[in-house]
Amino acid sequence: MTIAGEAKPLLDVRHLHQVFPAARGSFGGSAQTIKAVNDVSLTIKPGEVVGLVGESGSGKTTLGRSILRLIEPTSGSVRFDGVDILRLPAREMRGLRKDMQIVFQDPYASLNPRMTVAAILGQALNLHGLAPGAQREPRIVDLLQRVGLSAAQMRRYPHEFSGGQRQRIAIARALAVRPRLLVADEPVSALDVSIQAQVLNLLQDLQRELGLALLFIAHDLGVVEYLSDRVIVLYLGRIMEVARTQDLYANPRHPYTQALLAAIPQPDPTRRGRPAPLQGDQPSPLAPPSGCVFRTRCPIATAECAAVVPPLERHAPDHYKACIRI
Amino acid sequence: MPTVNSSYPIVAASSVPLVAIEDLRVEFAADTGTVTAVDGLSLSIARGETLALVGESGSGKSVTALALLRLLPQPNGKLTGGRIRFAGVDLGALSEAAMRRVRGVEIGMIFQEPMTSLNPVLSIGAQIAERLRVHAGLGRRAAAARAVDLLDRVRIPEPARRAVSFPHQLSGGMRQRVMIAIALACGPKLLIADEPTTALDVTIQAQILELLRQLQAEFGMAILFITHDLGVVAELADRVVVMYAGRAVEEAPVQPLFAAPRMPYTQALLRSIPRVDRAAGARGRLVAIRGNMPDARDLPAGCSFHPRCAAAQAACVATIPRYEEIAPGHRVRCRRWREFTGDAALGEDFGVTSGASAGAG
Repeated sequence: MTIAGEAKPLLDVRHLHQVFPAARGSFGGSAQTIKAVNDVSLTIKPGEVVGLVGESGSGKTTLGRSILRLIEPTSGSVRFDGVDILRLPAREMRGLRKDMQIVFQDPYASLNPRMTVAAILGQALNLHGLAPGAQREPRIVDLLQRVGLSAAQMRRYPHEFSGGQRQRIAIARALAVRPRLLVADEPVSALDVSIQAQVLNLLQDLQRELGLALLFIAHDLGVVEYLSDRVIVLYLGRIMEVARTQDLYANPRHPYTQALLAAIPQPDPTRRGRPAPLQGDQPSPLAPPSGCVFRTRCPIATAECAAVVPPLERHAPDHYKACIRI
Repeated sequence: MPTVNSSYPIVAASSVPLVAIEDLRVEFAADTGTVTAVDGLSLSIARGETLALVGESGSGKSVTALALLRLLPQPNGKLTGGRIRFAGVDLGALSEAAMRRVRGVEIGMIFQEPMTSLNPVLSIGAQIAERLRVHAGLGRRAAAARAVDLLDRVRIPEPARRAVSFPHQLSGGMRQRVMIAIALACGPKLLIADEPTTALDVTIQAQILELLRQLQAEFGMAILFITHDLGVVAELADRVVVMYAGRAVEEAPVQPLFAAPRMPYTQALLRSIPRVDRAAGARGRLVAIRGNMPDARDLPAGCSFHPRCAAAQAACVATIPRYEEIAPGHRVRCRRWREFTGDAALGEDFGVTSGASAGAG
């Protein structure tokens, strides 16, 4: 299902599948597979911020990487600005990479510890032949200032920076090549609470200034709401619900979205003591439930839910849900 | 609960707090000199009470718990001042054998990542039973039966069948339930929970928080809950101590702490959390706290928070603010606390744009 929009989408993902082989059973059983991403379709318009929310095992990180072809999707199509990038030869794909960048969760693992900040940013520019010669240093200074760091810090190494500052460097590196799409995979999850807001504000400012399309991946509905125009809720590799942000939080339709929202502990002791919204654990992705993957934890599931995979249907304008019970 | 033949002297008087930490000071030897991780911390926990110790990385919250358990990393960590009493007994004066008994029987512990605390090659039933045999003196059969009972108490379905499972066969949430079962095996008076839900998914976190509430009602233990998450604090705590860079900066019963925080750091932390419980459209820009966490090797002079505080004045740099009691049970380490009375005043006081005020609440 494509989410219709007025503007032509920058990114148009259709029926994307990402299947991983899993280890064979210890007694030579048949090889199992994990359907990490299962028939996902989504679009992102130029300059749009789409939040992608799910718990561990939902496939959100895999989806982000499949879209960028950091891993090769099993099937489906990914069109970027009209071009099906899954069919592009490697050489042309490399050229396109500067338009699609990523910021990873862990700024301690994503920066080369033996390179200075200037070298890290310079490498990104080099790869795409940008800002050569005398333009190099001013460009690096400009990038650092944009992310709230100073020119004086360009000769330092990553270990001399705090987690929040490292994430700023990672963002500067991603933006160095002037991408049109940025995938931010849990960019604040590893940061202290007081630093998270800084980095979220920075991402929001840069996104608006540069007109970036942003796929913001998070496990935290609170963080996503604050940044996103639209939100996609993922569970065990499948989309449960998609809606405009305000609509999703005010009128969550899917029982899983409702549970996710209810589960967030709020800093308000007068509302404490609500029972946990979901019982039990998420099923193993090796053996997902038949029909609706959420049905084993769903408070309103019926026998029919085990029989059919609910299609992602339009519930209201710009609001889609995959549930046959609502 | 199994009866525990304790050689450990417990003072029963209810007037004595279960935990009394006075002027605790913990230092770590580093290559560049000495780092003060906890600087003059005092707190108490009453029997059956849940005290939340809140802070970000480097605040000293976990080090405080390790000091209480006498488990500071050796040889670098050192308790250089203060006293910790548990049920009236000075823990510093106990022999190592007596201290082991305190850790096994009197105090239970759960941590962020249960996988690293569990033995990967022993069934979970055996791990619970081991605790019971060593510390409660139960025989093999009795311990095994009691282990199944404990798995049931932490709401693990089919406990008898699950008891023979190994840790890797369980989900993160189930493993944390097992850790709780081990921690509660000998009926401790105190449960120390250090970020026990931080590594869990939000729907599983809600289950564990609900379980802890239920178990506290059933077992009656006090809880020292260590977390960075004020949302979790609001769900569980009776009282809250907020730490920053090794010092307590605010302490209050949970209601006033959230309704009328007086320390700019507490206020700012609350305002930097995205809220989904506000009416849609009532949210504005997040209010970030500027700057970074201070380096413990080079703490700012005076109030450690002053470089990040929009309300800091010259006097804040000159001296460390007193830890003042401003209402019964409400202490604040800020010389300007009288000026910051509530959410509305904060935006103006701090020169924050009105779009930032966190909305309807």
